[in-house]
Amino acid sequence: MGINQDHVRHVGQLARLHLSEEEIEAFSPQLNEILRYVDELNTIETDGVEPIASVVDQANVLREDALKPCLPHEQAVANGPEVIDGSFRVPNILENR
Amino acid sequence: MSLVKLSLKELQDQFTRGDVSAAEIVRAYCLRMTQVEGKIKAYITRNTKETMLADAHTMDQNLKGWRKTSPLMAMPLAVKDNICTDGMLTTCGSRMLGQFVPPYDASTVTRIRSQQCFVLGKTNLDEFAMGSSTEHSAFGPSRNPWNVAHIPGGSSGGSAAAVAADECVAALGSDTGGSIRQPAACCGVVGLKPTYGRVSRYGLVAFASSLDQIGPITKTVMDAAILLNVIAGHDPLDSTSVDLPVPDYTKALKKKHAKRLTIGVPTEYFTEGLDPEVDMAVREAIQELHVLGGDIIEVSLPRTPVAIATYYVLATAEASSNLARYDGVKFGLRSKHTKDLLEMYETSRQEGFGPEVKRRIMLGTYALSSGYYDAYYGKAQAVRTLIRQDFVEAFEQVDVLVTPVMPTPAFKLGEKIDDPLQMYLSDMYTTSASLSGNPAISIPCGFSQSGLPIGLQIIGRSFEEETILRVANAYELATTWRNTRPVIR
Repeated sequence: MGINQDHVRHVGQLARLHLSEEEIEAFSPQLNEILRYVDELNTIETDGVEPIASVVDQANVLREDALKPCLPHEQAVANGPEVIDGSFRVPNILENR
Repeated sequence: MSLVKLSLKELQDQFTRGDVSAAEIVRAYCLRMTQVEGKIKAYITRNTKETMLADAHTMDQNLKGWRKTSPLMAMPLAVKDNICTDGMLTTCGSRMLGQFVPPYDASTVTRIRSQQCFVLGKTNLDEFAMGSSTEHSAFGPSRNPWNVAHIPGGSSGGSAAAVAADECVAALGSDTGGSIRQPAACCGVVGLKPTYGRVSRYGLVAFASSLDQIGPITKTVMDAAILLNVIAGHDPLDSTSVDLPVPDYTKALKKKHAKRLTIGVPTEYFTEGLDPEVDMAVREAIQELHVLGGDIIEVSLPRTPVAIATYYVLATAEASSNLARYDGVKFGLRSKHTKDLLEMYETSRQEGFGPEVKRRIMLGTYALSSGYYDAYYGKAQAVRTLIRQDFVEAFEQVDVLVTPVMPTPAFKLGEKIDDPLQMYLSDMYTTSASLSGNPAISIPCGFSQSGLPIGLQIIGRSFEEETILRVANAYELATTWRNTRPVIR
Protein backbone atom coordinates (compact mmCIF):
# COMPACT_ATOMS: atom_id res chain seq x y z
CA MET A 1 0.00 0.00 0.00
CA GLY A 2 1.70 3.17 -1.20
CA ILE A 3 0.98 6.64 0.07
CA ASN A 4 1.23 9.56 -2.36
CA GLN A 5 1.10 13.30 -1.75
CA ASP A 6 -2.70 13.36 -2.10
CA HIS A 7 -2.97 10.75 0.66
CA VAL A 8 -0.66 12.81 2.83
CA ARG A 9 -2.82 15.87 2.25
CA HIS A 10 -5.98 13.91 3.10
CA VAL A 11 -4.51 12.39 6.26
CA GLY A 12 -3.27 15.86 7.24
CA GLN A 13 -6.86 17.08 7.02
CA LEU A 14 -8.09 14.18 9.12
CA ALA A 15 -5.46 15.02 11.73
CA ARG A 16 -6.29 18.74 11.57
CA LEU A 17 -2.73 19.58 10.54
CA HIS A 18 -2.27 22.35 8.04
CA LEU A 19 0.88 20.96 6.38
CA SER A 20 3.08 23.10 4.18
CA GLU A 21 3.91 21.96 0.64
CA GLU A 22 7.48 21.22 1.75
CA GLU A 23 6.21 19.05 4.58
CA ILE A 24 3.88 17.17 2.26
CA GLU A 25 6.79 16.57 -0.11
CA ALA A 26 9.05 15.35 2.72
CA PHE A 27 6.46 13.22 4.54
CA SER A 28 5.32 11.27 1.51
CA PRO A 29 8.56 9.27 0.94
CA GLN A 30 9.27 9.03 4.67
CA LEU A 31 5.83 7.65 5.50
CA ASN A 32 6.12 5.29 2.56
CA GLU A 33 9.39 3.92 3.83
CA ILE A 34 8.00 3.45 7.34
CA LEU A 35 4.82 1.80 6.03
CA ARG A 36 6.86 -0.56 3.84
CA TYR A 37 8.77 -1.53 6.96
CA VAL A 38 5.54 -1.94 8.93
CA ASP A 39 4.30 -4.36 6.28
CA GLU A 40 6.56 -6.91 8.00
CA LEU A 41 3.59 -7.43 10.28
CA ASN A 42 2.04 -9.46 7.48
CA THR A 43 4.71 -12.14 7.92
CA ILE A 44 2.99 -13.04 11.21
CA GLU A 45 -0.03 -15.34 11.13
CA THR A 46 -2.75 -13.81 13.34
CA ASP A 47 -5.88 -15.75 12.32
CA GLY A 48 -7.94 -16.36 15.44
CA VAL A 49 -5.62 -14.29 17.63
CA GLU A 50 -7.48 -11.97 19.97
CA PRO A 51 -6.19 -8.38 19.60
CA ILE A 52 -5.30 -6.54 22.83
CA ALA A 53 -5.58 -2.84 23.58
CA SER A 54 -3.91 -3.04 26.98
CA VAL A 55 -1.86 -5.50 28.99
CA VAL A 56 -3.78 -4.69 32.15
CA ASP A 57 -6.72 -7.06 32.43
CA GLN A 58 -8.91 -4.88 34.61
CA ALA A 59 -11.80 -3.23 32.76
CA ASN A 60 -14.39 -0.70 33.87
CA VAL A 61 -12.68 0.45 37.04
CA LEU A 62 -15.37 2.19 39.05
CA ARG A 63 -15.31 4.53 41.98
CA GLU A 64 -17.95 5.87 44.26
CA ASP A 65 -19.78 8.85 42.77
CA ALA A 66 -19.03 11.15 45.67
CA LEU A 67 -18.48 14.89 45.90
CA LYS A 68 -14.82 15.81 46.30
CA PRO A 69 -12.89 19.06 46.21
CA CYS A 70 -11.71 20.04 42.73
CA LEU A 71 -9.75 22.84 41.09
CA PRO A 72 -11.27 26.28 41.53
CA HIS A 73 -12.78 27.56 38.29
CA GLU A 74 -10.27 30.34 37.86
CA GLN A 75 -7.33 27.92 38.11
CA ALA A 76 -8.94 25.37 35.84
CA VAL A 77 -9.17 27.85 32.95
CA ALA A 78 -5.91 29.67 33.71
CA ASN A 79 -4.03 28.00 30.85
CA GLY A 80 -6.61 28.95 28.24
CA PRO A 81 -5.15 30.95 25.34
CA GLU A 82 -8.16 33.26 25.39
CA VAL A 83 -10.34 33.35 28.48
CA ILE A 84 -13.28 35.70 28.90
CA ASP A 85 -15.50 35.72 31.99
CA GLY A 86 -14.21 32.31 32.99
CA SER A 87 -14.97 30.80 29.58
CA PHE A 88 -12.78 29.79 26.65
CA ARG A 89 -13.30 32.08 23.70
CA VAL A 90 -13.13 30.64 20.17
CA PRO A 91 -13.80 32.12 16.71
CA ASN A 92 -17.41 32.35 15.54
CA ILE A 93 -18.87 29.00 14.62
CA LEU A 94 -22.22 30.42 13.43
CA GLU A 95 -22.40 32.65 10.40
CA ASN A 96 -22.67 36.37 11.02
CA ARG A 97 -25.90 38.00 9.93
CA MET B 1 34.63 12.93 47.76
CA SER B 2 32.65 15.74 46.21
CA LEU B 3 29.03 15.85 47.32
CA VAL B 4 27.62 15.67 43.81
CA LYS B 5 29.43 12.42 43.05
CA LEU B 6 27.59 10.53 45.80
CA SER B 7 24.76 8.15 45.06
CA LEU B 8 21.33 8.91 46.51
CA LYS B 9 21.88 6.28 49.20
CA GLU B 10 25.28 7.72 50.12
CA LEU B 11 24.00 11.28 50.17
CA GLN B 12 20.97 10.28 52.22
CA ASP B 13 23.17 8.49 54.77
CA GLN B 14 25.35 11.59 55.14
CA PHE B 15 22.33 13.83 55.47
CA THR B 16 20.68 11.57 58.06
CA ARG B 17 23.88 11.47 60.11
CA GLY B 18 24.01 15.25 59.99
CA ASP B 19 27.34 15.28 58.12
CA VAL B 20 25.82 17.47 55.45
CA SER B 21 22.98 19.99 55.60
CA ALA B 22 20.17 20.53 53.13
CA ALA B 23 21.57 23.98 52.34
CA GLU B 24 24.97 22.47 51.52
CA ILE B 25 23.31 20.00 49.17
CA VAL B 26 21.42 22.76 47.36
CA ARG B 27 24.56 24.90 47.06
CA ALA B 28 26.68 22.01 45.78
CA TYR B 29 24.19 21.08 43.08
CA CYS B 30 23.55 24.68 42.02
CA LEU B 31 27.30 25.16 41.67
CA ARG B 32 27.60 21.95 39.67
CA MET B 33 24.88 23.13 37.31
CA THR B 34 26.67 26.44 36.81
CA GLN B 35 29.77 24.50 35.83
CA VAL B 36 28.39 21.93 33.39
CA GLU B 37 24.82 22.77 32.36
CA GLY B 38 26.04 25.04 29.57
CA LYS B 39 27.68 22.02 27.95
CA ILE B 40 25.08 19.37 28.76
CA LYS B 41 21.77 21.27 28.42
CA ALA B 42 19.94 18.67 30.48
CA TYR B 43 17.27 21.04 31.78
CA ILE B 44 14.48 23.01 30.17
CA THR B 45 13.43 24.76 33.38
CA ARG B 46 15.40 25.11 36.60
CA ASN B 47 14.11 25.90 40.04
CA THR B 48 15.71 29.01 41.56
CA LYS B 49 18.52 28.68 44.05
CA GLU B 50 16.82 31.19 46.37
CA THR B 51 13.58 29.19 46.61
CA MET B 52 15.41 25.95 47.27
CA LEU B 53 17.80 27.53 49.79
CA ALA B 54 14.87 29.01 51.71
CA ASP B 55 13.30 25.53 51.91
CA ALA B 56 16.65 24.03 52.83
CA HIS B 57 17.19 26.46 55.70
CA THR B 58 13.75 25.69 57.12
CA MET B 59 14.47 21.99 56.81
CA ASP B 60 17.85 22.30 58.52
CA GLN B 61 16.32 24.36 61.32
CA ASN B 62 13.60 21.79 61.94
CA LEU B 63 16.07 18.92 61.89
CA LYS B 64 18.36 20.18 64.64
CA GLY B 65 18.88 17.57 67.31
CA TRP B 66 17.10 14.32 66.55
CA ARG B 67 17.30 13.75 62.78
CA LYS B 68 14.33 11.78 61.58
CA THR B 69 14.44 11.73 57.80
CA SER B 70 12.65 9.98 54.95
CA PRO B 71 14.57 8.37 52.07
CA LEU B 72 14.15 11.32 49.68
CA MET B 73 14.33 14.14 52.21
CA ALA B 74 16.61 16.94 50.93
CA MET B 75 17.55 14.82 47.93
CA PRO B 76 18.10 16.89 44.75
CA LEU B 77 15.97 15.28 42.06
CA ALA B 78 15.11 16.15 38.47
CA VAL B 79 11.79 15.47 36.77
CA LYS B 80 11.27 14.88 33.06
CA ASP B 81 9.39 17.75 31.53
CA ASN B 82 6.38 15.68 30.49
CA ILE B 83 5.48 15.03 34.14
CA CYS B 84 3.23 17.74 35.56
CA THR B 85 4.56 19.92 38.36
CA ASP B 86 2.21 22.30 40.14
CA GLY B 87 3.19 25.89 39.41
CA MET B 88 6.25 24.88 37.39
CA LEU B 89 6.41 25.02 33.59
CA THR B 90 5.79 21.62 31.95
CA THR B 91 6.59 21.98 28.24
CA CYS B 92 6.93 18.40 26.99
CA GLY B 93 9.77 19.78 24.88
CA SER B 94 7.13 21.34 22.63
CA ARG B 95 6.22 24.80 21.43
CA MET B 96 2.64 23.65 21.93
CA LEU B 97 3.07 23.57 25.71
CA GLY B 98 5.81 26.22 25.87
CA GLN B 99 3.79 28.31 28.36
CA PHE B 100 1.92 25.50 30.13
CA VAL B 101 1.99 25.74 33.94
CA PRO B 102 0.03 22.80 35.38
CA PRO B 103 -2.36 23.57 38.24
CA TYR B 104 -1.55 20.21 39.87
CA ASP B 105 1.25 17.71 40.51
CA ALA B 106 1.47 14.32 38.83
CA SER B 107 0.91 11.57 41.42
CA THR B 108 4.58 10.55 41.24
CA VAL B 109 5.57 14.17 41.93
CA THR B 110 3.14 14.35 44.86
CA ARG B 111 4.79 11.23 46.24
CA ILE B 112 8.39 12.43 45.95
CA ARG B 113 7.50 15.91 47.19
CA SER B 114 5.73 14.47 50.23
CA GLN B 115 9.19 13.34 51.34
CA GLN B 116 10.53 16.89 51.03
CA CYS B 117 12.94 16.34 48.18
CA PHE B 118 14.17 19.24 46.07
CA VAL B 119 12.91 19.36 42.51
CA LEU B 120 15.94 20.97 40.88
CA GLY B 121 14.22 21.35 37.55
CA LYS B 122 12.49 19.84 34.55
CA THR B 123 14.61 17.86 32.13
CA ASN B 124 14.77 17.94 28.37
CA LEU B 125 13.13 15.34 26.15
CA ASP B 126 12.16 14.69 22.58
CA GLU B 127 8.95 16.56 21.91
CA PHE B 128 6.08 14.71 23.64
CA ALA B 129 8.61 11.93 24.39
CA MET B 130 8.71 10.96 20.71
CA GLY B 131 12.28 10.19 19.82
CA SER B 132 15.47 8.42 20.78
CA SER B 133 17.96 11.27 21.00
CA THR B 134 16.40 14.51 22.45
CA GLU B 135 17.09 16.04 19.03
CA HIS B 136 13.34 16.42 18.57
CA SER B 137 13.05 18.82 21.51
CA ALA B 138 11.78 22.26 20.53
CA PHE B 139 14.44 23.63 22.91
CA GLY B 140 17.41 21.94 21.25
CA PRO B 141 19.17 18.68 22.11
CA SER B 142 20.86 17.67 25.35
CA ARG B 143 24.42 16.33 25.14
CA ASN B 144 25.98 13.08 26.24
CA PRO B 145 28.25 13.79 29.25
CA TRP B 146 30.72 11.18 28.00
CA ASN B 147 31.13 12.97 24.70
CA VAL B 148 29.13 16.09 23.98
CA ALA B 149 29.20 15.42 20.23
CA HIS B 150 26.96 12.41 20.88
CA ILE B 151 23.29 12.06 21.78
CA PRO B 152 22.33 11.33 25.40
CA GLY B 153 19.61 9.00 24.10
CA GLY B 154 15.92 9.66 24.32
CA SER B 155 13.40 10.47 25.00
CA SER B 156 14.39 10.90 28.70
CA GLY B 157 17.81 12.12 27.55
CA GLY B 158 17.79 15.18 29.79
CA SER B 159 17.10 13.07 32.89
CA ALA B 160 19.82 10.53 32.01
CA ALA B 161 22.36 13.23 31.14
CA ALA B 162 21.58 15.14 34.34
CA VAL B 163 22.21 12.02 36.45
CA ALA B 164 25.40 11.12 34.57
CA ALA B 165 26.72 14.69 34.76
CA ASP B 166 25.99 14.91 38.52
CA GLU B 167 23.43 17.67 37.89
CA CYS B 168 20.96 15.82 40.12
CA VAL B 169 21.28 12.77 42.33
CA ALA B 170 18.44 10.91 40.61
CA ALA B 171 15.62 11.65 38.19
CA LEU B 172 12.22 10.59 37.01
CA GLY B 173 11.86 9.60 33.38
CA SER B 174 9.11 8.05 31.32
CA ASP B 175 9.32 5.04 29.04
CA THR B 176 6.94 4.25 26.18
CA GLY B 177 9.19 2.15 23.93
CA GLY B 178 12.55 2.44 25.68
CA SER B 179 12.69 6.10 26.69
CA ILE B 180 14.11 5.37 30.16
CA ARG B 181 16.31 2.38 29.33
CA GLN B 182 17.92 3.62 26.12
CA PRO B 183 19.14 7.01 27.46
CA ALA B 184 20.29 5.29 30.66
CA ALA B 185 22.41 2.98 28.48
CA CYS B 186 23.72 5.90 26.41
CA CYS B 187 24.74 7.85 29.53
CA GLY B 188 26.08 4.95 31.63
CA VAL B 189 23.46 5.15 34.39
CA VAL B 190 20.67 2.94 35.72
CA GLY B 191 17.16 3.19 34.25
CA LEU B 192 14.14 1.17 35.32
CA LYS B 193 10.87 0.82 33.44
CA PRO B 194 8.42 -0.64 35.93
CA THR B 195 5.68 -3.11 34.97
CA TYR B 196 2.83 -1.35 33.19
CA GLY B 197 0.40 -0.47 35.99
CA ARG B 198 3.00 -0.46 38.78
CA VAL B 199 3.40 3.33 38.85
CA SER B 200 0.64 5.90 38.42
CA ARG B 201 0.52 7.76 35.11
CA TYR B 202 -1.71 10.49 36.52
CA GLY B 203 -0.16 13.79 35.48
CA LEU B 204 2.14 12.24 32.88
CA VAL B 205 1.33 13.96 29.60
CA ALA B 206 -0.07 11.11 27.51
CA PHE B 207 1.82 9.87 24.46
CA ALA B 208 0.70 6.22 24.09
CA SER B 209 -1.46 5.43 27.09
CA SER B 210 -1.22 1.63 26.89
CA LEU B 211 2.59 1.80 26.96
CA ASP B 212 3.62 4.90 28.96
CA GLN B 213 5.18 4.27 32.35
CA ILE B 214 7.15 6.52 34.74
CA GLY B 215 10.33 5.18 36.33
CA PRO B 216 13.62 6.09 38.04
CA ILE B 217 16.93 7.02 36.40
CA THR B 218 19.71 6.75 38.97
CA LYS B 219 23.41 6.24 39.62
CA THR B 220 23.03 2.83 41.23
CA VAL B 221 20.59 -0.06 41.36
CA MET B 222 20.05 0.60 45.07
CA ASP B 223 19.00 4.15 44.23
CA ALA B 224 16.50 2.84 41.67
CA ALA B 225 15.02 0.59 44.35
CA ILE B 226 14.76 3.50 46.79
CA LEU B 227 13.00 5.72 44.27
CA LEU B 228 10.71 2.91 43.10
CA ASN B 229 9.69 2.34 46.73
CA VAL B 230 8.32 5.88 46.76
CA ILE B 231 6.59 6.05 43.37
CA ALA B 232 5.16 2.52 43.07
CA GLY B 233 1.63 1.69 44.11
CA HIS B 234 -2.02 1.95 43.32
CA ASP B 235 -3.51 5.35 42.48
CA PRO B 236 -7.26 5.86 42.22
CA LEU B 237 -6.55 8.67 39.76
CA ASP B 238 -5.09 6.22 37.20
CA SER B 239 -7.56 3.48 36.27
CA THR B 240 -4.75 1.37 34.77
CA SER B 241 -2.66 1.42 37.94
CA VAL B 242 -2.85 -1.97 39.59
CA ASP B 243 -3.80 -2.51 43.21
CA LEU B 244 -1.08 -4.91 44.30
CA PRO B 245 1.01 -4.63 47.46
CA VAL B 246 4.32 -2.79 47.07
CA PRO B 247 7.27 -4.65 48.60
CA ASP B 248 10.34 -2.90 50.00
CA TYR B 249 12.46 -3.13 46.86
CA THR B 250 15.70 -2.48 48.72
CA LYS B 251 15.23 -5.77 50.59
CA ALA B 252 15.50 -7.63 47.28
CA LEU B 253 19.10 -6.42 47.05
CA LYS B 254 20.21 -8.40 50.09
CA LYS B 255 20.94 -11.45 47.97
CA LYS B 256 24.14 -10.41 46.27
CA HIS B 257 24.27 -13.34 43.85
CA ALA B 258 22.19 -14.98 41.14
CA LYS B 259 22.06 -18.46 42.64
CA ARG B 260 18.97 -20.54 41.87
CA LEU B 261 17.96 -18.13 39.14
CA THR B 262 17.56 -19.14 35.53
CA ILE B 263 18.69 -16.44 33.15
CA GLY B 264 17.43 -16.55 29.60
CA VAL B 265 19.34 -15.23 26.61
CA PRO B 266 16.93 -14.66 23.70
CA THR B 267 18.69 -15.63 20.49
CA GLU B 268 16.70 -13.10 18.43
CA TYR B 269 18.42 -10.23 20.26
CA PHE B 270 21.89 -11.25 19.07
CA THR B 271 21.51 -11.08 15.32
CA GLU B 272 22.27 -8.79 12.41
CA GLY B 273 22.45 -5.10 13.31
CA LEU B 274 24.06 -5.63 16.72
CA ASP B 275 27.33 -3.72 17.02
CA PRO B 276 30.25 -6.14 17.77
CA GLU B 277 31.43 -4.08 20.75
CA VAL B 278 27.94 -4.11 22.29
CA ASP B 279 27.62 -7.81 21.52
CA MET B 280 30.88 -8.56 23.30
CA ALA B 281 30.13 -6.39 26.35
CA VAL B 282 26.71 -7.99 26.81
CA ARG B 283 28.09 -11.52 26.39
CA GLU B 284 30.76 -10.82 28.99
CA ALA B 285 28.05 -9.54 31.33
CA ILE B 286 26.12 -12.78 30.81
CA GLN B 287 29.30 -14.70 31.67
CA GLU B 288 29.57 -12.64 34.86
CA LEU B 289 25.97 -13.51 35.78
CA HIS B 290 26.94 -17.16 35.36
CA VAL B 291 29.88 -16.63 37.72
CA LEU B 292 27.42 -15.08 40.17
CA GLY B 293 25.55 -18.37 40.23
CA GLY B 294 22.92 -17.93 37.53
CA ASP B 295 21.92 -20.77 35.20
CA ILE B 296 22.24 -19.43 31.69
CA ILE B 297 20.00 -20.88 28.98
CA GLU B 298 19.13 -19.83 25.46
CA VAL B 299 15.50 -19.05 24.80
CA SER B 300 13.48 -17.84 21.84
CA LEU B 301 11.15 -14.87 21.57
CA PRO B 302 10.16 -15.56 17.97
CA ARG B 303 8.17 -12.36 17.32
CA THR B 304 11.05 -10.06 18.26
CA PRO B 305 11.74 -9.05 14.63
CA VAL B 306 8.29 -7.44 14.29
CA ALA B 307 8.28 -5.63 17.64
CA ILE B 308 9.35 -2.30 16.11
CA ALA B 309 6.67 -2.47 13.42
CA THR B 310 4.02 -3.36 16.00
CA TYR B 311 5.19 -0.64 18.33
CA TYR B 312 5.25 2.12 15.74
CA VAL B 313 1.71 1.32 14.59
CA LEU B 314 0.22 1.15 18.09
CA ALA B 315 2.19 4.01 19.65
CA THR B 316 1.47 6.39 16.77
CA ALA B 317 -2.21 5.42 16.65
CA GLU B 318 -2.56 6.14 20.36
CA ALA B 319 -0.54 9.33 19.98
CA SER B 320 -2.68 10.64 17.13
CA SER B 321 -5.70 10.21 19.35
CA ASN B 322 -4.08 11.54 22.57
CA LEU B 323 -2.67 14.60 20.82
CA ALA B 324 -6.05 15.50 19.32
CA ARG B 325 -6.64 17.45 22.54
CA TYR B 326 -4.18 20.14 21.42
CA ASP B 327 -6.65 22.24 19.51
CA GLY B 328 -5.81 25.71 20.79
CA VAL B 329 -9.00 26.01 22.86
CA LYS B 330 -8.46 25.09 26.50
CA PHE B 331 -4.68 25.13 26.91
CA GLY B 332 -1.55 25.14 24.82
CA LEU B 333 -0.60 27.29 21.87
CA ARG B 334 -3.24 29.07 19.77
CA SER B 335 -2.27 30.53 16.44
CA LYS B 336 -2.71 34.30 16.39
CA HIS B 337 -4.17 34.93 12.97
CA THR B 338 -7.06 32.69 12.19
CA LYS B 339 -10.52 33.54 10.96
CA ASP B 340 -12.56 30.44 11.70
CA LEU B 341 -12.57 27.47 14.04
CA LEU B 342 -11.19 24.90 11.58
CA GLU B 343 -8.34 27.19 10.61
CA MET B 344 -7.63 27.80 14.29
CA TYR B 345 -7.27 24.05 14.89
CA GLU B 346 -5.15 23.46 11.83
CA THR B 347 -2.76 26.37 12.17
CA SER B 348 -2.40 26.05 15.95
CA ARG B 349 -1.37 22.43 15.49
CA GLN B 350 0.82 23.32 12.54
CA GLU B 351 2.67 25.97 14.55
CA GLY B 352 2.72 24.08 17.87
CA PHE B 353 4.05 20.66 16.78
CA GLY B 354 7.51 19.86 15.46
CA PRO B 355 8.28 17.55 12.51
CA GLU B 356 8.57 14.24 14.40
CA VAL B 357 5.32 14.75 16.28
CA LYS B 358 3.57 15.61 13.03
CA ARG B 359 5.08 12.56 11.34
CA ARG B 360 3.79 10.30 14.11
CA ILE B 361 0.37 11.91 14.19
CA MET B 362 0.19 11.38 10.43
CA LEU B 363 1.30 7.76 10.71
CA GLY B 364 -1.15 7.07 13.52
CA THR B 365 -4.02 8.83 11.81
CA TYR B 366 -3.32 6.85 8.66
CA ALA B 367 -3.21 3.56 10.63
CA LEU B 368 -6.58 4.37 12.18
CA SER B 369 -8.24 5.76 9.06
CA SER B 370 -11.11 4.14 7.23
CA GLY B 371 -9.92 1.30 5.03
CA TYR B 372 -6.58 0.82 6.80
CA TYR B 373 -7.67 0.23 10.40
CA ASP B 374 -7.77 -3.57 10.18
CA ALA B 375 -4.59 -3.85 8.11
CA TYR B 376 -2.51 -1.77 10.50
CA TYR B 377 -4.05 -1.11 13.92
CA GLY B 378 -6.04 -4.34 14.21
CA LYS B 379 -3.16 -6.39 12.89
CA ALA B 380 -0.65 -4.78 15.27
CA GLN B 381 -2.96 -5.39 18.24
CA ALA B 382 -3.10 -9.07 17.36
CA VAL B 383 0.67 -9.27 16.96
CA ARG B 384 0.97 -7.60 20.36
CA THR B 385 -0.96 -10.52 21.85
CA LEU B 386 1.61 -12.89 20.34
CA ILE B 387 4.56 -10.82 21.56
CA ARG B 388 3.13 -10.94 25.06
CA GLN B 389 2.65 -14.70 24.70
CA ASP B 390 6.34 -15.04 23.75
CA PHE B 391 7.27 -13.49 27.08
CA VAL B 392 4.76 -15.56 29.07
CA GLU B 393 6.21 -18.74 27.56
CA ALA B 394 9.83 -17.65 28.07
CA PHE B 395 9.12 -16.84 31.72
CA GLU B 396 7.85 -20.37 32.27
CA GLN B 397 11.48 -21.44 31.76
CA VAL B 398 13.47 -18.49 33.10
CA ASP B 399 13.39 -15.92 35.91
CA VAL B 400 14.88 -13.06 33.92
CA LEU B 401 15.93 -12.32 30.36
CA VAL B 402 19.14 -10.50 29.54
CA THR B 403 19.70 -8.59 26.31
CA PRO B 404 21.43 -5.51 24.92
CA VAL B 405 19.55 -2.21 25.41
CA MET B 406 20.55 -0.55 22.19
CA PRO B 407 22.17 -2.02 19.06
CA THR B 408 25.03 0.52 19.15
CA PRO B 409 26.56 2.95 21.63
CA ALA B 410 25.18 6.52 21.53
CA PHE B 411 25.34 7.82 17.97
CA LYS B 412 26.44 11.30 16.96
CA LEU B 413 24.11 14.29 17.07
CA GLY B 414 22.62 14.78 13.63
CA GLU B 415 23.53 11.27 12.44
CA LYS B 416 19.96 9.93 12.16
CA ILE B 417 17.88 13.07 12.34
CA ASP B 418 16.90 12.94 8.64
CA ASP B 419 16.19 9.23 8.60
CA PRO B 420 13.18 8.51 10.83
CA LEU B 421 13.19 4.76 10.18
CA GLN B 422 16.85 4.40 11.21
CA MET B 423 16.03 6.37 14.36
CA TYR B 424 13.10 4.02 15.09
CA LEU B 425 15.32 0.97 14.65
CA SER B 426 17.53 2.08 17.55
CA ASP B 427 14.59 0.99 19.76
CA MET B 428 14.69 -2.59 18.48
CA TYR B 429 15.61 -4.19 21.84
CA THR B 430 13.39 -2.10 24.11
CA THR B 431 9.96 -1.98 22.47
CA SER B 432 9.09 -5.65 23.13
CA ALA B 433 9.01 -5.30 26.92
CA SER B 434 6.90 -2.16 26.48
CA LEU B 435 4.37 -4.03 24.35
CA SER B 436 4.26 -6.96 26.80
CA GLY B 437 4.19 -4.67 29.86
CA ASN B 438 7.11 -6.47 31.58
CA PRO B 439 9.48 -4.57 33.86
CA ALA B 440 12.99 -4.00 32.54
CA ILE B 441 16.13 -2.33 33.82
CA SER B 442 19.15 -0.96 32.00
CA ILE B 443 22.50 -0.99 33.79
CA PRO B 444 26.03 -0.14 32.61
CA CYS B 445 28.04 -3.16 31.38
CA GLY B 446 31.09 -1.66 29.70
CA PHE B 447 32.44 0.89 27.29
CA SER B 448 33.13 1.08 23.60
CA GLN B 449 36.68 1.68 22.31
CA SER B 450 35.72 5.33 21.94
CA GLY B 451 34.74 5.54 25.61
CA LEU B 452 30.95 5.52 25.30
CA PRO B 453 28.90 3.49 27.79
CA ILE B 454 27.14 0.24 26.87
CA GLY B 455 23.98 -0.98 28.60
CA LEU B 456 22.67 -4.36 29.69
CA GLN B 457 18.92 -4.93 29.79
CA ILE B 458 17.38 -7.28 32.34
CA ILE B 459 13.69 -8.05 31.79
CA GLY B 460 11.53 -9.71 34.45
CA ARG B 461 8.09 -11.20 34.98
CA SER B 462 5.29 -8.71 35.42
CA PHE B 463 5.32 -7.16 38.89
CA GLU B 464 8.59 -8.92 39.74
CA GLU B 465 10.78 -5.82 39.80
CA GLU B 466 12.46 -7.37 42.84
CA THR B 467 14.11 -10.07 40.74
CA ILE B 468 15.54 -7.76 38.09
CA LEU B 469 16.76 -5.37 40.78
CA ARG B 470 18.41 -8.24 42.60
CA VAL B 471 20.23 -9.49 39.51
CA ALA B 472 21.19 -5.96 38.45
CA ASN B 473 22.52 -5.17 41.93
CA ALA B 474 24.55 -8.38 42.12
CA TYR B 475 26.10 -7.57 38.75
CA GLU B 476 26.77 -3.94 39.69
CA LEU B 477 28.54 -4.97 42.90
CA ALA B 478 30.64 -7.58 41.08
CA THR B 479 31.86 -5.11 38.46
CA THR B 480 33.58 -1.74 38.56
CA TRP B 481 31.87 0.18 35.74
CA ARG B 482 30.40 2.69 38.14
CA ASN B 483 33.87 3.81 39.23
CA THR B 484 34.54 5.32 35.81
CA ARG B 485 32.77 8.67 35.59
CA PRO B 486 32.54 11.03 32.63
CA VAL B 487 34.87 13.98 32.30
CA ILE B 488 32.81 16.77 30.77
CA ARG B 489 34.57 18.90 28.18
